[in-house]
Amino acid sequence: MNYHLATSFEEAARIAANAGGTTRFLAGGTDVLVQMRAGMVLPDDLIDLKAIPGTDAMTQLADGSWQIGVAVPGARLGANADLCRDWPGVVEGMELVGSTQVQGRATLTGNLCNGSPAADSVPGLVAAGATVVITGPEGSRELPVEEVPTGPGKTALNKGELISEIRLPARGDNAGDAYLRFTPRTEMDIAVVGCAVSLRLDGDKIVEARVSLGAVAPTVLLVAEAADAIIGTTLDDAALDALAAAASKAAKPISDKRGSAEYRIEIAGVLAKRAAKIAYGRAKGDNK
Amino acid sequence: MAKDGLNTEFRLVGTRPNRPDGLDKVTGRARYGADFSLPGMLHGAVLRSPHAHAKILKIDTSKAEALDGVKAVVTRADFPEGLEGEDWNLQENTMAGDKVLYDGHAVAAVAATSKLLAEEAVRLIEVEYEVLPHVIDVDDAIKPDAPVIREGASDASVPEGMPPNVVRYMEFGRGDLEAGFAAADLVRENTYKTEATHQGYIEPHACVGQMGSDAKGEMWVCTQGQWFIRKMCCAVLGLEASQLRVTPSEIGGGFGGKTTIFMEPLSLALSRKANGRPVKIVMSRSEVLRATGPTASGSMDVKIGMKKDGTLTAARAEFRMQGGAFPGAPVDMALYCGFAPYKLDAVEHVGYDVLANRPKCAAYRAPGSPMGAFAVESLIDEMCRELGLDPVEVRMKNAVREGDQSSYGPKFGSIGLVEVLEAVKGHSNLAEPLGPNQGRGVASGYWFNHNGETSVSMSIAADGTVQVSVGTPDIGGSRASLSLMVAEHLGIPYEDVRVNVVETGSLGENEPTHGSRATFASGKAAILSTDQAIKEMCRRAANEWGIDPEAVEWADGAAQPAGPNAGKFPPMSIKEIAGKMGETGGPISGHHESLPEGVGASFGAHVVDVEVDPETGLTKILRYLVVQDAGRAIHPSYVEGQYQGGAVQGIGWALNEEYIYGEDGRLQNPIFLDYRIPVASDLPMIDTVIVEVPNPGHPYGVRGVGETGITPPLPAIASAIHQATGARLRHLPMTPQKVRAAMKAQDS
Ligand SMILES: Cc1cc2nc3c(=O)[nH]c(=O)nc-3n(C[C@H](O)[C@H](O)[C@H](O)COP(=O)(O)OP(=O)(O)OC[C@H]3O[C@@H](n4cnc5c(N)ncnc54)[C@H](O)[C@@H]3O)c2cc1C
Repeated sequence: MNYHLATSFEEAARIAANAGGTTRFLAGGTDVLVQMRAGMVLPDDLIDLKAIPGTDAMTQLADGSWQIGVAVPGARLGANADLCRDWPGVVEGMELVGSTQVQGRATLTGNLCNGSPAADSVPGLVAAGATVVITGPEGSRELPVEEVPTGPGKTALNKGELISEIRLPARGDNAGDAYLRFTPRTEMDIAVVGCAVSLRLDGDKIVEARVSLGAVAPTVLLVAEAADAIIGTTLDDAALDALAAAASKAAKPISDKRGSAEYRIEIAGVLAKRAAKIAYGRAKGDNK
Repeated sequence: MAKDGLNTEFRLVGTRPNRPDGLDKVTGRARYGADFSLPGMLHGAVLRSPHAHAKILKIDTSKAEALDGVKAVVTRADFPEGLEGEDWNLQENTMAGDKVLYDGHAVAAVAATSKLLAEEAVRLIEVEYEVLPHVIDVDDAIKPDAPVIREGASDASVPEGMPPNVVRYMEFGRGDLEAGFAAADLVRENTYKTEATHQGYIEPHACVGQMGSDAKGEMWVCTQGQWFIRKMCCAVLGLEASQLRVTPSEIGGGFGGKTTIFMEPLSLALSRKANGRPVKIVMSRSEVLRATGPTASGSMDVKIGMKKDGTLTAARAEFRMQGGAFPGAPVDMALYCGFAPYKLDAVEHVGYDVLANRPKCAAYRAPGSPMGAFAVESLIDEMCRELGLDPVEVRMKNAVREGDQSSYGPKFGSIGLVEVLEAVKGHSNLAEPLGPNQGRGVASGYWFNHNGETSVSMSIAADGTVQVSVGTPDIGGSRASLSLMVAEHLGIPYEDVRVNVVETGSLGENEPTHGSRATFASGKAAILSTDQAIKEMCRRAANEWGIDPEAVEWADGAAQPAGPNAGKFPPMSIKEIAGKMGETGGPISGHHESLPEGVGASFGAHVVDVEVDPETGLTKILRYLVVQDAGRAIHPSYVEGQYQGGAVQGIGWALNEEYIYGEDGRLQNPIFLDYRIPVASDLPMIDTVIVEVPNPGHPYGVRGVGETGITPPLPAIASAIHQATGARLRHLPMTPQKVRAAMKAQDS
């Protein structure tokens, strides 16, 4: 195995483009190193991104939007009061990843690019309308987060391409988001279902919403029908039931050791309701 | 919480000093299995079967052997032939012969100069298999058309005509069952199932083995029993027991799973082939889950007759258990323990030990008892609900007492079930009001406890401090308890006693730390050893004083004239006697070996409050109470630790832990992500009450406390979920998905 310490994204892209066998990027390593130890993935080239300038920066721009570097560990998200105020749902997704120790390393980008349908930070990013900047041999492009994963362990990145930044839009007023996952245990577990909701209010009425589901399909889903079910409502019981029905309908899970398809479909609806209520409360000014 | 007066009789027993091994453990200085290394040491790796059941057609190790750095490769061909009975089972489990019998079964092993090389070499070994049909579930394994795991594996207990995977059969009981059921107001019968669970000890198996061409060897190993390791390794490899010296490391948990061998003989076989270079083998977690010894799974029918007032009139249990591809499922223990808390005049037990394509089960904390309790205690609770009776009162009404004949035969000596149930009734947790979606469950549990072969030595150093050599590895604080008892007995400070867990060359045979025996058996033997030293010290004092040894007694850490007639001499302290022992007759020591008599059984009862999320079926443990009879708590903190640990393992077994197999017979969850042991944030503080009904068979009244605590959680939680949801789950684990499904079935 060749270990490379890249000093720019262009260099990283070049190494990856020219590599022959299996290539992995090394951000926090909490997926890659574990997979290597378990003998699941034995990369020929391992490209460390942490020495690239700026990868550990997290910045709010003048327009209120955010740029998050690809090596920013999860623990830093929760420690940033402004980010927690703007995007509590994104932060709580990342904070569910592993443990304090794991979050000292694990990154949003790694969580996304590992390609797990159950990745905990991804539904929050999708609901938030986050995008990624991709650097490759042919230059840069931007992609919505929901278009990055294409299947379990697979992404839309081409050979030689890597993510160089995550972008979160400006939050704006009267808005809130939330992420919930269901696991049999309270911690150190993997989502049976995950659900994020982001919404904006005008008075009591929801005027914008995005709903995302994790662990119920080969990729994290953006469910427009679920958002439509609550837009224009005050999140009354009828709206919540319609939301749950739409979320359950969109869920196309498999049955496996972590849960049956039937159960996951049901829980998708339950979580959608609960996450929407929290997001709604936050938009109203609850600081939970 | 001791009964008034009991603790004050002692200076040290019942106090809570720091454990002697504590500092080493919290600073990382303690040496565990994988911490041993030797010059010239090689590293071993094991090739394991990917199939649940297959014929081995051919093993080609040539590519592995050709790899630079590989020093030895072994297969079954390197083991002696002609073994029988359990020795054959152990050998076959160590290394597959003609067939692989479960996913993870060892097929070959390699020793190389690094772990990475050994693993690479393992990948180069080519094995040709002919995959055979397999069977995983115990009820499937006794169907007439089930794949036969081993022809002729059944012993003489199995009646003619039974399915071939039934390898042991038992039937016992007493009284007139029909009359008993006829006398009942309510007779109910149900089937209960438990899944296989793993002990989940933190420390994976690890050893360093060294064996020369002269058939003399050594082993350093993480184990509950160094003599068992010695005996079993020697049987499997055809060695003489005394030529192998086995030293136990510190142990990061065992719970019964480290009372037998898995990869240990492989390190010796590899070393022998590698010209005697030591070979280290450390299992990964997935190897531990796939290829060590989980507990059995069970399918159990129970039938009980009850009168309107709660009196039990008759009971019958028929248990089927699989313990993997070898005989040994603890179905007998499950049957013995199931009805043990109840006074019964008519009772019948039937048991089947069944083979399946799974790893060979090992002991797990009160082997069998939790399954038996799940079936029996669940049904008792269901009947209490049906008749509107209080589950604690019904247990009290039928509770066994001293002198009663147990359900499984022998008469009970002094036991504390009634005292335990009294303490339950008086506990504040029972007065806590329950909210919506909450429920409370109660269950009893039982374990016999065990004596076992025991050999202990103690000796007095020239400065008057004391060393005690025991053969039972310290898993739960036994060094602290033994130090307390010996110091109490000698009248010296706790810190003046050092208890060492020693290697097989230092003592006679000792059974492992199993059966909750270490504090009872090694403790009793340590006290009897100390008596010999005390006698000798009194003799030395008598010599000096020129009086009859009978006229000297031992009190407050010194020899003293026994009464006014013996003469007037100032007390002669242990330090004084020890200081001059070189001139007064040489070393002073004591030794005791026996199968210590007077084992005291331990009953317990647990009360759990849960809340079930009605939409997801997720069970949250709100409150948990363990009440158990310790006989006497030598070191109460470590008794409480055993109660809490047992409860937590039981909670895991009840709610989420299970071996999950795919259609292909492969274990789906050989990783702690999907083998769900409870994490700290899943649990409330586990409340404990130590009941002390002293065991007359031990100088300080000790009963074993390690095992009973895992027994009641399974049924107690099922009953609490029943109250919270209206749904009764009779198949563990009670995962959110299963609870939710049971609730929906209830609604429709
Ligand atoms: C004990 C433990 C518990 C965990 N619990 C959870 C959990 O609860 N929820 C959860 O979702 N996950 C969990 N994980 C998984 C893991 O921690 C997360 O997925 C984490 O966010 C991965 O980030 P990382 O920076 O460590 O990624 P790495 O391991 O460094 O990389 C992961 C993948 O992303 C690729 N990659 C990294 N950076 C880039 C880039 N810039 N461009 C393109 N590809 C890139 C790598 O090639 C690799 O394939 C857990 C892991 C452990 C060890």
